[in-house]
Amino acid sequence: MLLRGICDGLKRAPRLAGAIAMAALILSGCSRDAGDRLVITGSSTIAPLVTVIAQAFESAHPGVKIDVQAGGSSRGIADVRQGLAELGMVSRALKPEEGDLAAATIAQDGIAMIVHRDNPVGALTGGQIVAIYTGKVRNWQEVGGPDAPITVVNKAEGRSTLELFLSHFKLDTPAIRADVVIGDNQQGIKTVAGNPQAIGYVSVGTAEFEARRGTPIRLLPLDGVEASTAHVARGDFPLSRPLNLVHRGEPGRVAREFLAFAASPEVHDLVTGQYFVPLAGR
Amino acid sequence: MILSPVNTSFRSPAADRALFRALAFSAGAVAAILALILLYLTLASASLLFVDAGLWQLRWQPSAGAYGLVAMLVGSVAVSLLALLIAVPPGLVLAVWGRFFAPPWVGGLYRGAMGLLASIPSVVYGFWGLVVLVPLLNRWAPPGASLLAAALVLALMILPILVLQADLALDEARRRHLAAAMALGASVSGTVRRVLLPTAAPQLVPAVLLQLGRALGETMAVLMVAGNVVQLPDAITAPIRTLTANIALEMAYASGEHQTALFASGWLLFVLVTLIMLGARAVARRAGEGRVDAH
Amino acid sequence: MRIETLDHASRSDRLHARWMGLVAVLTLLVPVLLVGELLADGLPALTTDFLLSAPADAGRSGGIGSVLVSTLWVLAVCLGVVLPLGLGCALFLVEHVRAGSRLERGLQLALDILGGVPSIVFGLFGNRFFAVELGLGFSILSGGLTLACMVLPLFIRAAEQSLRQCPVGYRQAAAALALSRWGFVRRILLPTAAPGIALGVVLASGRALAETAVLLFTAGYVTRWPESWFNSGRTLAVHIYDLAMNVSGGGTNAAATALVLLVLAIGIQVLAAIVGRISKGASQ
Repeated sequence: MLLRGICDGLKRAPRLAGAIAMAALILSGCSRDAGDRLVITGSSTIAPLVTVIAQAFESAHPGVKIDVQAGGSSRGIADVRQGLAELGMVSRALKPEEGDLAAATIAQDGIAMIVHRDNPVGALTGGQIVAIYTGKVRNWQEVGGPDAPITVVNKAEGRSTLELFLSHFKLDTPAIRADVVIGDNQQGIKTVAGNPQAIGYVSVGTAEFEARRGTPIRLLPLDGVEASTAHVARGDFPLSRPLNLVHRGEPGRVAREFLAFAASPEVHDLVTGQYFVPLAGR
Repeated sequence: MILSPVNTSFRSPAADRALFRALAFSAGAVAAILALILLYLTLASASLLFVDAGLWQLRWQPSAGAYGLVAMLVGSVAVSLLALLIAVPPGLVLAVWGRFFAPPWVGGLYRGAMGLLASIPSVVYGFWGLVVLVPLLNRWAPPGASLLAAALVLALMILPILVLQADLALDEARRRHLAAAMALGASVSGTVRRVLLPTAAPQLVPAVLLQLGRALGETMAVLMVAGNVVQLPDAITAPIRTLTANIALEMAYASGEHQTALFASGWLLFVLVTLIMLGARAVARRAGEGRVDAH
Repeated sequence: MRIETLDHASRSDRLHARWMGLVAVLTLLVPVLLVGELLADGLPALTTDFLLSAPADAGRSGGIGSVLVSTLWVLAVCLGVVLPLGLGCALFLVEHVRAGSRLERGLQLALDILGGVPSIVFGLFGNRFFAVELGLGFSILSGGLTLACMVLPLFIRAAEQSLRQCPVGYRQAAAALALSRWGFVRRILLPTAAPGIALGVVLASGRALAETAVLLFTAGYVTRWPESWFNSGRTLAVHIYDLAMNVSGGGTNAAATALVLLVLAIGIQVLAAIVGRISKGASQ
């Protein structure tokens, strides 16, 4: 009796689920036809920037709706390949195996080494940074600082900032000895701000902004070049990356217009407003 | 025959049969959701799970093709157990206090506050851990972000629901037995300890288990304070990475085999939770049989 | 009944009351500090305008109006599924399944496991199943349905516990009066259990409101005012996460948004308590 009831219930379940799914499909079909909709997914670093650009674009083109979804660079690439999104946000240059995609750069970003504001160490050479990150130097004393253990803050595997950092210092992930592994930029800044012995690396614009508003962090120069958005804009800062919108094949009309808008000087204020470096600045 | 809800006989007209079907359907739906999730996870991680891909080793270095999950498995279990160890004793004390010792309005207010704390997003807890707790611990044992920090934040997060559920179980026990025990002249504290807690235990165990599950599954808060270094912790103050933090940290940037390995992290967690629940249910059943049934 | 008569309680009781009270106060200290910090950071930004307008400048300025509406929609979808399905499952467990039977153990285990599945797994699953397979895309519907899967065990547990509290005597009386089971469930069981069910709703919506990872993958990131169930809509928790972790200078608005979330949670709690009390009162 009991079992039969469950069987009954289960027999009904697929039919019911099917009906719900059908209804959902029909309804979603209806709502999607209204107006032009552009879906952009990808890097959570770029998502706030593209969101504000999209807002500006929407207000200039009534009827157009742009859905920006965050979820990481690789999601952007995967979604564009599967056709789930027309544009993908990728916070690095495309790799050779991603030749099926075309990239349009909308802004530049640099990566700065940061330490706590109270850390007296003024600058570190490339060799010293490598020694710190590979665990050969474990105390600030060895690089001219106080007698305190170094807390090495590294980014999680796969993040484009990590890849850029590694390739600049010709390092390999297995060689790195980290004490704290972080995800987003803000986590890096908060970690270093709360730990006088820490060293980490984050987006230049964000770090610059945070340092200016009183967060206790300090940006270290890199290879003698001051870490600042100005230097990234000038193009002489050694650690910088493009923020890209990628697409596959010929983009649709709305996507094409959006790409043109996102690369135009009109969005410069929006780009600097999100602490990135606009393109034509250099 | 023992009286129980199931074998009370009711008149059984058509409405009851419809009700029964509806209820059986809901129960079936819950089981179906679970089956779907299991199916999905297994399919997504199949290509690594069923071959010898070295998931059972310590080294996790996706760029070098090493996908060992053992260190993170240990991390997940250690953090969750430590969190329970920290949260359960005060949780029980608080539930008992709120129900039996505090003035009624204070108890009610306290439960209200717990309900409120339960709905603070984990990001807020994690953020607090990152800017307050970790720097504090760092002064004592660098780098601060550690097993201990994660367990403390988790304990703080699971405490409210733990208190509320323990309170519910105690309340039921109270309704059944308090009057009788008090009539016999026992003190409140004695009654709580000797009668109510044992009576409520079979319901307390699932409540604690549910929180263990939640601790194992918590992502954002742990991610911010655990340090996320893949290693076997050699001290309570060493940084560790949990399976969930691993998924959240790397999923957004993973592709191919790396992504499959992350799904395998999820699968492993799923199996782990299943095993723990099975084991704990067996323990609870044995404990339930051992005690005198008071119904 | 409660032990109000202090003269009845022994000296040890008063001692216990004291140290337990101390533990209670100490435990609450940290959360109070946390909320205090939120108040200090967020209260200045909390204006009517903040509640009514959509976010601007990635959330640094503008308000959270659209985010608030999306959150309520997602919560409505979630509770709309969880209430009938969860209550059904809890009733099934209490009314139709013999305690200790294989079916009972199986269902309980299923609930335990489901409750233990990490939320991020729900997020990945919901994204795949609701958003891709069922074609719902990043939408309020996807988000609400995924959340429903996630909070079901929590709600069922609470509902089941309170349903079991109904004295067997009520049941026998109902049976003796030749009431049908349905009649008993509707007129006696559910009203008696209403406060517990209300608590279940509070717990479930609390977790749903607090969830970030799941919604980032399902309901999405869009801050526009939602127009249909099929629009993507950012919820309060996702907004807080983005402002705190991704947008520098978003701290103040993140704290203000967290305060709004707290007020929403209080509102739900008060509402649930009132509804629970009314339906219990109506049955007596």
